[in-house]
Amino acid sequence: MPPLTRWFIKSALVFLVAALVVRLLQTANSLTAGNAYINALGPVYFHMFLVGWVTQLVFGIVFWMFPKYSLDHPRRSERLGWWIFWLLNIGLGLRVIAEPLNSIHPATGWGWLLVLSAVLQWLAGMGFVANSWGRVKAK
Amino acid sequence: MPVLSVFFIRTSLFYLALGFTYGSWMLINKGVAAAPSFWGALPAHIEFLLIGWVIQLILGVAFWILPRFSHEPTRGNERLAWLSYIMINIGIWMVLLSPLFYELPWLSLLGRLMETGAALLFVLHAWPRIKAVGA
Repeated sequence: MPPLTRWFIKSALVFLVAALVVRLLQTANSLTAGNAYINALGPVYFHMFLVGWVTQLVFGIVFWMFPKYSLDHPRRSERLGWWIFWLLNIGLGLRVIAEPLNSIHPATGWGWLLVLSAVLQWLAGMGFVANSWGRVKAK
Repeated sequence: MPVLSVFFIRTSLFYLALGFTYGSWMLINKGVAAAPSFWGALPAHIEFLLIGWVIQLILGVAFWILPRFSHEPTRGNERLAWLSYIMINIGIWMVLLSPLFYELPWLSLLGRLMETGAALLFVLHAWPRIKAVGA
């Protein structure tokens, strides 16, 4: 298993557990007076689960398993692959921090971190499409 | 990789790009309130990513990877899988475009029926391929 795939999958596993912990906190929070920060974690939960776990796991497996791009560059661009990894994880991490804080304290600057998060994740997604497209081919 | 898997997976990558783009617009809008109309992208964001990206990628890989038969056709009834591909994509666009056709209120329901039908057809295709080696 190539190193990049190992990093993608381990990171995906971390996000899986983290997403379920967030869900657990939300459920516990609903039984009490309700902490405002935890109340604001709804979108964070969805995206940790769907982007951090599901999509990232897919990225890692695709990078490993899809047909070779060429003999010289079997996985197309490893460098782009690493960029995708860091863009996705930093972007999602920024969302985890900034989204609830922006909900609770709007117009205090946290919103700009969300903008950065959006751009980083978008670049990761487009990078993945670009790096994988040529590997989706018939024999 | 079989041709149908190429179709499924490349289409799923297209939806990944669309879904991430719509999602990024909305997240930017959440951060700096660029344009309230961006929130209208939420149903499309969800549809593109859950149905268009995740499900279609899985169907494409499954069609490729699931055990094959020792007799022709080795991937069983491929026509069912092709129909599934066509129906799921028509369904996605019916659901997404239905708000524009208020004079056709049944369009989103028909779209969902197409998506569900696509899933059932793929199940019919794939079920016999879920087997032990040599079976």
